[in-house]
Amino acid sequence: MGVGEVGAPFRVLPALSEDNRFFWTSGSDGRLRFLRCQSCGYYLHPPSPRCPRCGGVELAPEPVSGRGTVHSFTVNHQSWDGSPEPYALVLVELAEQVGLRLTSNLVGCPLEKVCIGMDVRVVFEHREPVWFPLFEPDDR
Amino acid sequence: MTDFERRSIISGIGQSAVGRRLGRSGLELTIEAALAAVADAGLELTDVDGLATYPGAGIGGPGFTGPGSPEVQDALRLNLSWHSGGIEGPAQLAAVVNAVLAVGAGLARHVLVYRTVTESTEQGAGGRQGIGLGGGGLGGGGGGAPSVGGAFQWSIPFRAYSAANWLAMCAQRHFHEYGTTPDQMAMIAINGRRNAGLNPKAIYREPMTLADYRASRMITTPFRLFDCDAPVDGSTALIVSAVEHAADLDHPAVGVEAMGTALRGRPSWDQFDDMTTMAARDAGAQLWTRTDLTPADVDVAQLYDGFSFLTMVWLEALGFCAKGESGPFIEGGQRIALDGELPVNTHGGQLSAGRLHGFGHLHEACVQLRGEGGERQVPGRVEVAAVANGGGPNAGAMLLTRHRW
Repeated sequence: MGVGEVGAPFRVLPALSEDNRFFWTSGSDGRLRFLRCQSCGYYLHPPSPRCPRCGGVELAPEPVSGRGTVHSFTVNHQSWDGSPEPYALVLVELAEQVGLRLTSNLVGCPLEKVCIGMDVRVVFEHREPVWFPLFEPDDR
Repeated sequence: MTDFERRSIISGIGQSAVGRRLGRSGLELTIEAALAAVADAGLELTDVDGLATYPGAGIGGPGFTGPGSPEVQDALRLNLSWHSGGIEGPAQLAAVVNAVLAVGAGLARHVLVYRTVTESTEQGAGGRQGIGLGGGGLGGGGGGAPSVGGAFQWSIPFRAYSAANWLAMCAQRHFHEYGTTPDQMAMIAINGRRNAGLNPKAIYREPMTLADYRASRMITTPFRLFDCDAPVDGSTALIVSAVEHAADLDHPAVGVEAMGTALRGRPSWDQFDDMTTMAARDAGAQLWTRTDLTPADVDVAQLYDGFSFLTMVWLEALGFCAKGESGPFIEGGQRIALDGELPVNTHGGQLSAGRLHGFGHLHEACVQLRGEGGERQVPGRVEVAAVANGGGPNAGAMLLTRHRW
């Protein structure tokens, strides 16, 4: 798949580096990963070389559940990138840690249904070489 | 309590023509504003020994920066004891804070400070631009599809292209936690427009009703078009001088009473602990630790309104109302009107007077303290003015006074 494919929204790609590649390619096996301190268990996001909680420097990407809640959202109507279709931006707080958040898109949900506090789960949109972590309603 | 800030005054102010698509260069506008400020301060260019600007050259989208300080120094052939420019710091007020610090430290005696934008001319007829769509400058790779590195990689690939999107999520959270309503937020825009009608330099001066506000198109919920500021061309300049210069002025000096520069949460648009306030909370709280004055002493407040919601954030952060209560505070609009208990954005703010990026607010605070507001002058003697710039992880605040000596 590629940018500009019919039916898929335009997306600017993240510039991959040694520091962020694990995150942006994590979805290749369907799992979302964050860098985690091997000493105290704290998840670091964005990635950083030292745990700000305990000072630990042994850090490794670890999978998370991919579940979280919508901390906030906005439905965008302005055509910044040429697409006229409104879309939902969400700020998702992951279940694993208070304050561990991702800005993302909510998909598979009518825009008028988006609300703060709704349960969501990760779903990936693949555009070589990146798996974008998006979220959909989690109706457990 | 400290007397450090009070070693400085704002001795002169100047502003270029302000308008949509003026078609003039940023340097030309800057020189116009700078010469006006120098003359207003009763100085010659040879007296100016310091220069400071925000954000410096080569940053951001088209027309965002204006000229860098070396370009202005050279154009005016300034001989400088101290100079500074940069985007990192307590929002746009970083340039003024730096100048006050330099004067207080004795590194300079008269600092020319300016902020210039040509966003209207350089964005042309194409409308507001998002970040990351113009190619280059964001740490991305070479050819092919656009890419983005650094902090923007966490927002732009999800089509969150603009501060409008990022701050809309802050506003939405505020609405959720405190029951704030769109009609309450509308009062910032309506109040600005009401004041702009009395400001000959304002961009939008025709009256705005609540119905007009509700009918304006949605940009990104809950922000409508009238919640977003209006890009313009223009330059604002001021002179920060050593306090001893106050006696030489033919107009009231503006005293620098206190500054707020703190940022205690994570410096991030989406990882900050409390989305409903962000850095304003810290800068606002710090401000009051550096003065004996209190929010009740403030006669006029010029609070950044790049988006209407940000003025509400500042009303709370500076303690004019309790946390979460800015909605009820501004409801109906009487309290923040020119004749209200706390007149806000008396020039019209960026929403109606144009996006001079915080320096319009600073300029207006000086105008009001000097009693030069003409039709929009706040009734009674204005002794204390609050100025705040920035939103999200960027925040700076200043308390200014009608200088007494």
